[in-house]
Parts: sequence; structure tokens; C-alpha cells
Amino acid sequence: MTGQITQHYILSVLVENKAGVLARVAGLFSRRGFNIYSLAVAPTNDERFSRITIIVDVESAPLEQVVRQLDKLVNVVEISQLDPSDAVERELLLAMVGVSVAERSQLIELVGVFRGEVVNVGLDRLTVMVAGTPETIDNFERLLESYEIIEIQRTGRVALPKLDHSRFSGASAATA
Amino acid sequence: MKMTGAQALIKSLETQGVEVMFGLPGGAILPVYDPIIGSSIRHILVRHEQGAGHMAEGYAMATGRPGVAIVTSGPGATNVVTPLSNAYMDSTPLVVVSGQVATAAIGTDAFQECDITGVTMGITKHNWLVTDAAEIPRTVAAAFYVATTGRPGPVLIDVPKDVSNALMEWYWPQTVEDLDLPGYRPVTEGDPAQVRRAVELLLAAQRPVIYAGGGVLKSRATDALRELAERTGMPVVTTLMARGAFPDSHPLCLGMPGMHGNYTAVTAMQRADLLVALGARFDDRVTGKVAAFAPEAKVIHVDIDPAELGKVRRPDVAIAGDCNVVLEAMLEALDAAGLGHDERCRWSDVGALPRPGTPAANRPSLSPWWAVLRRWQQEFPLTYHQEPGGLLKPQLVVETLRDLSPDDTIVVGGVGQHQMWASQWWRFDYPYTWINSGGAGTMGFAVPASIGAKVGRPDRTVWAIDGDGCFQMTAQELVTAAAEQIPVKVAILNNAYLGMVRQWQEMFYAERYSEVYLSPDLPDYVKWAEAMGCVGIRAESPEEVTPAIEKANAIDDRPVVVDFRIDAFEKVFPMVPAGASNDDIVVAPQGREAKP
Repeated sequence: MTGQITQHYILSVLVENKAGVLARVAGLFSRRGFNIYSLAVAPTNDERFSRITIIVDVESAPLEQVVRQLDKLVNVVEISQLDPSDAVERELLLAMVGVSVAERSQLIELVGVFRGEVVNVGLDRLTVMVAGTPETIDNFERLLESYEIIEIQRTGRVALPKLDHSRFSGASAATA
Repeated sequence: MKMTGAQALIKSLETQGVEVMFGLPGGAILPVYDPIIGSSIRHILVRHEQGAGHMAEGYAMATGRPGVAIVTSGPGATNVVTPLSNAYMDSTPLVVVSGQVATAAIGTDAFQECDITGVTMGITKHNWLVTDAAEIPRTVAAAFYVATTGRPGPVLIDVPKDVSNALMEWYWPQTVEDLDLPGYRPVTEGDPAQVRRAVELLLAAQRPVIYAGGGVLKSRATDALRELAERTGMPVVTTLMARGAFPDSHPLCLGMPGMHGNYTAVTAMQRADLLVALGARFDDRVTGKVAAFAPEAKVIHVDIDPAELGKVRRPDVAIAGDCNVVLEAMLEALDAAGLGHDERCRWSDVGALPRPGTPAANRPSLSPWWAVLRRWQQEFPLTYHQEPGGLLKPQLVVETLRDLSPDDTIVVGGVGQHQMWASQWWRFDYPYTWINSGGAGTMGFAVPASIGAKVGRPDRTVWAIDGDGCFQMTAQELVTAAAEQIPVKVAILNNAYLGMVRQWQEMFYAERYSEVYLSPDLPDYVKWAEAMGCVGIRAESPEEVTPAIEKANAIDDRPVVVDFRIDAFEKVFPMVPAGASNDDIVVAPQGREAKP
């Protein structure tokens, strides 16, 4: 799987942190025939809520329809639509790679170029981690192909809006 | 005050104002049934949980109040899935309480365990699995709030047995904030700028049609709809879900559009330059082929559910809001534009006289449009032909029923040919007098829904117009009706077939009839009715129709079933074949009653 999707949109969905909410969101997408490209869920700093970042394939349905149907779910509190050009998107990749002794330093160097980390070292394999834009992750994944890839895991994207430099007030300045 | 979760549940329903609930007990819901003894709520013991759900729907559609059903876990809960789906499609407010196995047993495949919140997620507006008895009053209050506000719909509360048995301290939430619904904000007010734009389009239209849907009834907007129609002189079509929202006898009423709508209603929409869609959702049964639907029309779309705006047809003016609230705002804006209330246009098609020098004074006359519509009404009326002494026609049964029953009779339809004949041939002059399964098309709806309607409106005559196929699906609820002394009346239009399927096989499958024959005599409907504690009557010829109906209408102490033996070859016309353009409407069978 690579991140080459053309028509996509990012929905940042604040939901109540209750049992079954992810099933409600996923169920809505499947029964309405909307395609999810990737999905990431995590609690927010307010324990009552979680944030689901959904990358939507808008070729399957108009974004407006997706948002309005999603908004009808009682547990969905707030939906922000992010245009990829107005957002910072990041993704994390973990890969377990088989390497000979000779290849090992070469791979460590490659991980360094991508400002990643070696997170685990075995006799004949390394587990490495790279975080970055989805494009960076795609590039790194392609470069890994010249090694023996045992397993790759990507998190799916998370995103926040780009900060507006013309305004230095309120929340955006505080979090800058 | 300390009480059990079960007591709190019943007390919550009482506090919520519930007067009746329909249900059937079982293991996991046993604790909740104990406090029903001594409760002010009337419980109606059904014979199958599907009956409980449809009765609650019939009650809700007749009264406007939410219907309540109560069932046990597992099969009890899955039996109510069809009514939930039906209520979801038709936006009927329904609160279903289901028992669940004890929390410790959830997930272990315990006896009568079923993940009913998982099963019903896609067919409820929301559902709750209550895991703490202290949450019961809040959950019940939230459930009624969600079911009845915004776009109404069904909700389900799943209560594990240990939660029902646990002790809690009674309270009742006092405000909406107490309901813990941070993500639920229904819209009601329409955007004033969009309302003004809508009025501009109204005043510019030469061939407008008001497309009234079920939302007009849900929002209690029938008076405002009539004022809009009478003031502007615009024709009104009422969809299957909106029959009665505007009086059929009104000169501005064109009747039902759609697959089996009349020619004028269907074609008026096709030729319109403006559609004013009120609480309607551009269902495929109304639009036919969407790309060919009302090609010249601008669209004003008013709906309380923002997701309906643009779902099927892109509106020129989209107004998210409650139909009644938006219509009132439109009427005010019309007044400001020079078209105010005018007593002279009551029950007429003349429209109000605009004030000179206002925008309304320059609006085009609708007379040319009305001339076309009146010509179509003349040329292409609904027709059928009853040979004297010939096989009994279903339309004659519906017309005779209509003429011999009180004007405000509540008519309840099942699904199929009989439903269409009932909708076409009854004259709906009052709102909330037509109850049927629209979106879901649930066969077997009529008998239990009519019982629910009669419970909600005991003062009214309630006639279920059913098919023989439908009747066999849920007839056992007439035992409930007899036992509970709910005197509904059921007219079976018995053509010995799954008639609508037969019609499609005749027309589109080269008369290859596959698995549609049912037999007129098996079962014997009269004996069956009698066995269920009802009066059974049979009418086999046109001459027998009137005496049978008069006899049925005279009975008021028990349910009545009339077995009308109708012509099996009669088909529903007009018809727009599935997937075809509404321009391809077939008015009548070829060679028979064909109009120029």
C-alpha cells in the first residue's frame, strides 16, 4: 500500500469516548458506500472525547454527503474538514527488515537520512521507525524494497490545520 | 429514593408521559415486567414482538407521540428489528426497550444473548446499552428526546438483567444539558437569506408544484402548507407518506405522484419549472430515473435533515429546518413581498390578490399552467372498470369502504397492490388518517399498525386495508386485538396472489409466474378470523360489498375481518416501470381502458 491517492479529504472528527463509537463511524461509512482510505483513533487531552482522523476517498461520494451523514451520529461532536493543501499531515511507519551483517549499517544510514530510529535490533533483522509526511513515508517504503521486508505497519494519517501566519492571537498562537 | 433499575425504568417511562406500551416478556426483561403491575402505563401483550414494534409505529403515526415497545433479549430483540428498520425509513418516533443478559455474561454467547445494539446500529437513530442502573433515567429521557426531535426516528435502549436488578437513587434530568448529548443538535430554524431566495423563486415561477412529503406531517405543518398553497395558488402533490397532509378534495390538490401516482401529479412534476420540496426526500419511487426527473425545474428543498439536501437532487435553494418553522418564515416573507393572507382564496385555486406596487404584483399568472393541469386531469383520470356481475374489482371495494365509513377514518395499509389502491382511491381529507409502510415496504405492517392506531385514537374508525399475502404474515395479532378489546377492522383484498410481484412477473417477466400463488381458500379467512375472536365476513361479488361493509361498520365491540375475493388479474395503474423516466408513465393496460 502506498499513499498515492489523488482525490482525498481529511476529516478530523471529535467523538464521545464511549464504547462502540468507532463501530458506529465505520458502520456508517460501509452502509452508505463511502470509502475510507485510512483511519486513526486516539483519546484527546479531554478524556470525554476521542479524535478520529479519517482520510476519505471523495470519488465514492461527495464530501458534503459524507460530512452530513457523519454529523447525524449522536456521538459525533464536531467535524473539521481539512483540505490537504491547508493541513499538516503526518504518519508513522514501523518496519521489521531482514538484514545481513553487511547490510546493517547501510540500513541504519538510510533510516538516519529519513530522521527515523532503529527501535529494535536482532541478529539478522532490525525494526525501524520513520515518522513524516505520507509522501516521505511512501518514499521510505519504496527504498526499503531492496531489503527483505518481514513486516510493515503504518499508522494511518493524523492531521491538523496549517497555522495562519497573519494571525498571532488566541489558541493558534498559544499552540505554535 | 432508592429503587431498582427496573423500577426506575418504568418510573422513567411514566414520567415521560407514556400511556401505553406494546410488548412480550421473557427471561432478561423479567425484572422490568414486575413493576408493570401497578404502573399507570397500559401494557398490551402481543403475540409476536414484530407486532409490538408495528403497533408502536401505528400508535406514533396516528397520535404524533412516540410509540413504545418492550421486548426481551435475543430473539425477542431480533423480532423487533423489522419494525425498527421500518420506523427508521419512515422517520417514525419509536422507543424500544430490550432486555439483555447480565453484564458479566455479555460476550460469552449466553442463553438468549444477542448484540442487539450492534445489530440495530444502522437502523436506529441512536441506541444505548445501559451498564449502570444510575444511568437509566438519563438514558430514557435522552432516548425520548432523540426519538422525537430533529428528524424523528427509532431508538433502542438495551438493559442487562443485573442493571435492572441493581439499586439506584431516583432522579429525573431537568434540562437538555443533563441528557449528556454533546453531539446532538437538531436544526429547526431555516436560514432567513435562503427563505428570502425561496420566496423570490416562488414569485417568479410559471409552472410551480409543491412536492409535500412525510415531513409536513411530522412537523405538524399542514395548516402552513395549506396557507402557502392557497395564497400562491400553487398545485400540491402529496407523496405516499404525505397522503392527508393536504386535502384530496381541495381544488389545488393533484394527488399522489410516483411509480403508481396519477398522470397529472407525475407529469406536473416532470413539466414544472419549480419544485417546492417540503419534508420529502426524492425517493426513487417518486423520481423514477433521477437523471430524467423534472428536468426543467428549479428546486427549493426544505428538510430538517441536512443530509437530505443534495443527497439525490441538487437544490437551487436548500433550507435545513423544521418544515413548519420554515413555512411560517416563508409566509412572512411572502407577506413582505406583497402576497399576504387573503380569506377569499380559502378552498379555491385563485390565489391571493397581491398588493399593488409590490414584487408579488409582477408575478406571472398561473392560469396557463392550471389550464394544462386541468386538461390532464380530464384526459387521464384514475380509472377502473367494474363489470356488473363480473369479478369484484379492488378499487370498488376501496371506494365503497371510503363512502360508507366516517370521513376521518384512519386507513392503514400493508405493502403491495392493495396499498396502492388504498392510497389512490381513498379520499384523504384529514392529516394522520393514512398509515402505511413507505420506505421499507414491510409486508405484514397493516394488522399490527392498525391495532396501535386504534389504541392511540379509540374515537376513530380504523380500517386496515390488507392483502392476503400481508395478512398471513402478522394476522396473529388479531388475537391481541380481540383479547384487549381493540375493535379494528381489516379488509383483505384477497386475490390469492402475492399481487404486486405477480404484476411485475406479468409485465416484465413474460407472464412467467414464479412462486406467487397463494390460494383464495387456504387459509379460510373467515374461520381464521372467528378462531381469533373476531367477526369474519366474506364478500365475493360486487353486490356483496356494501352489505359486508355495513355489517362490519356496525360492529364496535370486537375486531372484524372481511375477506373480499377480488379479481386476481387486476393490476395497479398508472405505472412508471422501475428505473424508467417518469415521462414513460403507463396510464392503463394496453387495449383496455386505454386513454387517447
